[in-house]
Amino acid sequence: MATDYIGKPKNRVDGRDKVAGKAKYAAEFHEPGLLHGVVVSSAIAKGRIKVIDASKALELDGVVEVFTHENTPSLAWMDLSYKDMDAPPGDPFRPLHSDKIQFNMQPVALVVAETLELAKYASHLIDIGYDVDGHNTKLVDSLDQSEKGKGLRAGFENPTSVGDFEDAFEKAEVKIDLEYFHGAEHHNPMEMHASTVIYGEDGNLTIYDKTQGVLNSRHYVSMVFGISKKKIRVLSPYVGGAFGSALRPQYQLFMATLAATQLKKSVKVELTRPQMFSFGHRPITIQNLKIGASADGTLKAIHHSAFSETSQFEKYIENVVNWSAKLYKCENVEEKYRVVPLDMYTPLDMRAPGGATGVYALESAMDELAYKLKMDPLELRLKNYTEEDKSKGKPFSSKTLRECYQQGAEKFGWEKRNPEPGSMKEGHQLVGWGMATGIWDALQMPARAKAILTADGKLEVSSATADIGTGTYTIMAQIAAETLGLPFEDVTAKLGDSSLPFALIEGGSATAASVGSAVKSVCLKVAKKLLKEAGKIKNSPFKDAKIEDVLFADGKISSRKDASIYIEISEVMKKRQLDEIKKKYALIPNMLKQSRYGRNTHSAVFAEVKVDEDLGTVKVTKIVSAIDGGKILNHKTAHSQILGGVVWGISMALEEDSFMDHNFGRFINHDLAEYHIAVNADMPDIDIIFVEEEDHIVSSVGAKGIGEIGLVGVAAAIANAVYHATGRRVRELPITLDKAMGLNTAEAEQI
Amino acid sequence: MKKKIILKVNGKEHEVNVDPATPLLYVLRNNLGLKGPKFGCGLSQCGACMVLYDGKANPSCLKAVENATDMEITTLEGLADDNGNLHKVQQAFVEEQAAQCGYCLNGLVMASVGLLQENSNPSDEEIQAALYRNICRCGVHPRVIRAVKKASTS
Repeated sequence: MATDYIGKPKNRVDGRDKVAGKAKYAAEFHEPGLLHGVVVSSAIAKGRIKVIDASKALELDGVVEVFTHENTPSLAWMDLSYKDMDAPPGDPFRPLHSDKIQFNMQPVALVVAETLELAKYASHLIDIGYDVDGHNTKLVDSLDQSEKGKGLRAGFENPTSVGDFEDAFEKAEVKIDLEYFHGAEHHNPMEMHASTVIYGEDGNLTIYDKTQGVLNSRHYVSMVFGISKKKIRVLSPYVGGAFGSALRPQYQLFMATLAATQLKKSVKVELTRPQMFSFGHRPITIQNLKIGASADGTLKAIHHSAFSETSQFEKYIENVVNWSAKLYKCENVEEKYRVVPLDMYTPLDMRAPGGATGVYALESAMDELAYKLKMDPLELRLKNYTEEDKSKGKPFSSKTLRECYQQGAEKFGWEKRNPEPGSMKEGHQLVGWGMATGIWDALQMPARAKAILTADGKLEVSSATADIGTGTYTIMAQIAAETLGLPFEDVTAKLGDSSLPFALIEGGSATAASVGSAVKSVCLKVAKKLLKEAGKIKNSPFKDAKIEDVLFADGKISSRKDASIYIEISEVMKKRQLDEIKKKYALIPNMLKQSRYGRNTHSAVFAEVKVDEDLGTVKVTKIVSAIDGGKILNHKTAHSQILGGVVWGISMALEEDSFMDHNFGRFINHDLAEYHIAVNADMPDIDIIFVEEEDHIVSSVGAKGIGEIGLVGVAAAIANAVYHATGRRVRELPITLDKAMGLNTAEAEQI
Repeated sequence: MKKKIILKVNGKEHEVNVDPATPLLYVLRNNLGLKGPKFGCGLSQCGACMVLYDGKANPSCLKAVENATDMEITTLEGLADDNGNLHKVQQAFVEEQAAQCGYCLNGLVMASVGLLQENSNPSDEEIQAALYRNICRCGVHPRVIRAVKKASTS
């Protein structure tokens, strides 16, 4: 059918606006008289503000107001009011609430002026005196202060244990017991966080916010400022990347709303690049893997434990240690997870939170075990392949990981690998081949959608979800067009607007399965209505016809039995004198059905690296990533999601490291020159394979969600390849050249 | 101190009254309403703000507007033809799905246009080298290289 779009590599519908500079981001909305706010950040990590003097700033002509804890009205008095959809357990940070400093670069003032330049200049004139308290930001020195990583949080599973690890490990023939570590990372979307609050004459607020969930932002503003939701509209048509940074309402939203409501004027607040390092990061973990196996490679016991960072006010928890029992057939698994409260801002979900770091350690350990067993690393994985989620004792809703291993290995040429480390040399380049597995959740969340078909045959589908570059607009339009058999060009998708039907934050790779399924269902409701109307037309061949008897394609309703019997959709609208058909649908995941299954995406990642034997520089030269992600709705946008994940994996393995200066308790490399990420020159050949299997337990569209799985496993594959190249096991990310060369700290400081 | 400054942008002369030390990016975005070039760091570290100066791509966030008066400036908005047809680089970026979130795209497109004006048939390595100042966080780089290749042969 010409109107079959699902799975096709359609160009993204927002592509033209983006390449032409017409897509507008949160800070790009303007109106006459708009004021500019600049945030002043604290210079200390812990203590109290003794004195804050804004008089020099206020003397300047054009500076409208300076907000500090001293003149900010008492807002919602309950911590609970500051809770957002993605908040971890604890008491959320309340900006400008008191003189207390809880983390370095805490926002302590907002300077509002008529121009950005003036606000910036004035922000340097605020005199602040502190009573400094001793702070602690160092995880490794504070493990004795750890507490159990347990609690209620969307998407979080409390670590569980199955079988008897101690006994099985004791008896195992081959054992490893190793520690892994990685640095902190910051999301750093290219667009800084910004909120433009347009103050309406009647006190209504129109807020352009950088967010992954307009309803989350609206909820926060409503609760904190005590404004009815009806008076707040949050819009976010385009988001310049987020990767988790915009899951929670960040403090620029509070600041801009505070100023707008107090001054009764429109206000914009955009953070600076350094301030992008001030509100949440991927937390450091210290992980321990103990794995016991029999001599033939059968896994007998796995212990995975982790210590991680959190703040003093919230308990940030993520799934770091929960993966081994889902990934391998092992009867004795022990998972332990503890977090240490430190004087820093609460860590924040960052693409594949917990999975990216936990699976790095697990899959590195599996490689080490394979070497100890003198077994091919891929063979070890296949030997312990599981058809059920051992942590729950449930089968998988779908799983093509075995085919991912096979197709990935074949594409990569894995069978040509000489397992001996350092054996594949090219001149001065040590060549290494490594592999790893990835795993992530396949979630479906509640979502609503609306569809309006008008007399001219045009369809609009909408939901208050987000498109952070992922391609949500495009897949919504594809699903809608195919379901109703309409030309793609006649379908418009709307999102990023709090006045649209409910959707949760765009996170957890759940949007395609959630909003996509809601769009499909609402279009089916329109289809049923159309068929009913078609049946009412005089001498209609569709009188009393059932939806399963007909086909919606090529702009027509036609009989499945006899294609020559059909009616144009536009004709139905015309003959029945319908201006529009409007339907709504609320998707509630079928938990009864879904909970009987383990629901996951998987990947098999193969990496080639070249390590300069004299300089220690590591270059990734090839990646093959085979993905078990259910039905792929759009091969172009999906490919880009995995590509982005792979690039993030390269970046995580070799480059990214937010460096905390513990003397100050501050991330010091807070700009894009000092915080290294993978760039054009780092790009290897990247081959992506989708091994599709429609998963109708996770979603009616068959998709499992692919925003995060592309990243998981990549860093381990690269680390394993570095070992194969050099014979040196680096158990700490990023693998910088000093580590690749095996230099000790003193030697490393020389370079 | 504000001063009258005349800029040649996208084939037209514009008079603005600004402090001559104002970054060109600010003037383009705030005075001329050209939002194609983006602010990503303000330190010439990310490339999101690139424009063409007499055909050569360079950042605009650290360039004082008074130093941009004796050249032809082209922004993203100036690439499409009068009928609104996209430049071949823009078109190739759409077709090769080199756009994700779209925020860094201005710089990547401008740097690619600048490259193709100097080298109409660049190799992959030459494209990577030419884009060395452009950071993309969505990780779309390989598709950008394909898009530039496609534009070079169209």
